[in-house]
Amino acid sequence: MNDILPTLEHWRAAGEKIALATVVRTVGSSPRGIGAKMAVTASEKMVGSVSGGCVEGAVSEEALEVLWTGRPKLLTFGVDDAEAWAVGLSCGGTIEVFVEPLDW
Amino acid sequence: MVTPDNLFQGFAERVRDYRPVALATIVAGDREVGRKLLVDRTGLVGGTIEEPRLISAVLERTRRLLSEGSSESFEVEGVRVFVEVHLPAPRVVIVGAVHIAATLAGLARELGFRVVVSDARDRFATPERFPEVDELILGWPNEVLPRLELDEFSYVVVITHDAKLDNPALVAALGSEAPYVGALGSSRTHARRIEALRESGVSQADIDRIHAPIGLDIGARTPAEIALATMAEIVAVKNAVREGAA
Repeated sequence: MNDILPTLEHWRAAGEKIALATVVRTVGSSPRGIGAKMAVTASEKMVGSVSGGCVEGAVSEEALEVLWTGRPKLLTFGVDDAEAWAVGLSCGGTIEVFVEPLDW
Repeated sequence: MVTPDNLFQGFAERVRDYRPVALATIVAGDREVGRKLLVDRTGLVGGTIEEPRLISAVLERTRRLLSEGSSESFEVEGVRVFVEVHLPAPRVVIVGAVHIAATLAGLARELGFRVVVSDARDRFATPERFPEVDELILGWPNEVLPRLELDEFSYVVVITHDAKLDNPALVAALGSEAPYVGALGSSRTHARRIEALRESGVSQADIDRIHAPIGLDIGARTPAEIALATMAEIVAVKNAVREGAA
């Protein structure tokens, strides 16, 4: 939270539309714990990390869609998940990431 | 009351101000997904969840998680909820910008503590001597310490080597919620200090809270060893390995 807060505030002051992604559950080993965050703007700027690099690409695409639809979404990534393999989840374990438009 | 559109801002403000806070969000289910409750030590600050039963169920669980200091996902009333709890990083407040304070400050930072150094003597409390602390405060302990609002996340180390500064610092620290108050000095110094504190009206229970001689007994001789012993003792208290006075 503290790691991305200054950037979020900077973006907010600049009037950016922001989607916030938060790790809400982890099963097995995962490089970042629950509460880890990344944020994506409609202009495709990014800050923070939810997995240490494994799923950030997929999350940022979903984040843009969430900004587009305005509807929050719960994503699941795991080693058994074909989509996760496709995005290269080398970390093992399962993580759930909640993506929401940041209204503030 | 925080209005619905700035709950996250309320959360961010408390994080920034080092105040304990919890934000509960409905992350899955058939209703109210994305809606939130913001809770701090005073109770419910604001929220966007509408169903009264859901509010009370989420609120009860969130308050408990806030007091335990842990984040968690759970199911309640047919929805999935994520509660993010944020507690401030602990801080070490060092009274006495003496030689050992520099080593202590560096070690404390390395261990994830915020660091405040204070001294009334301007030749000691200089940015050159303490380039990396979060706050360097020039002033008398009886004025500085109350201003710092010492709380359950504050660990106070009193090491000025001067009773005129040590004693008022101890009086202020012992009157706070700080879970650790340590004082440097030989047992003879400490005996004299106890007399002075009693005369200032400090209770025996509070005097017993002082960790003196400071630090775990590792036979510390050098400033670096004393700093290590002190931080080891602080970490032990923080992690509730050892309770009460030394």
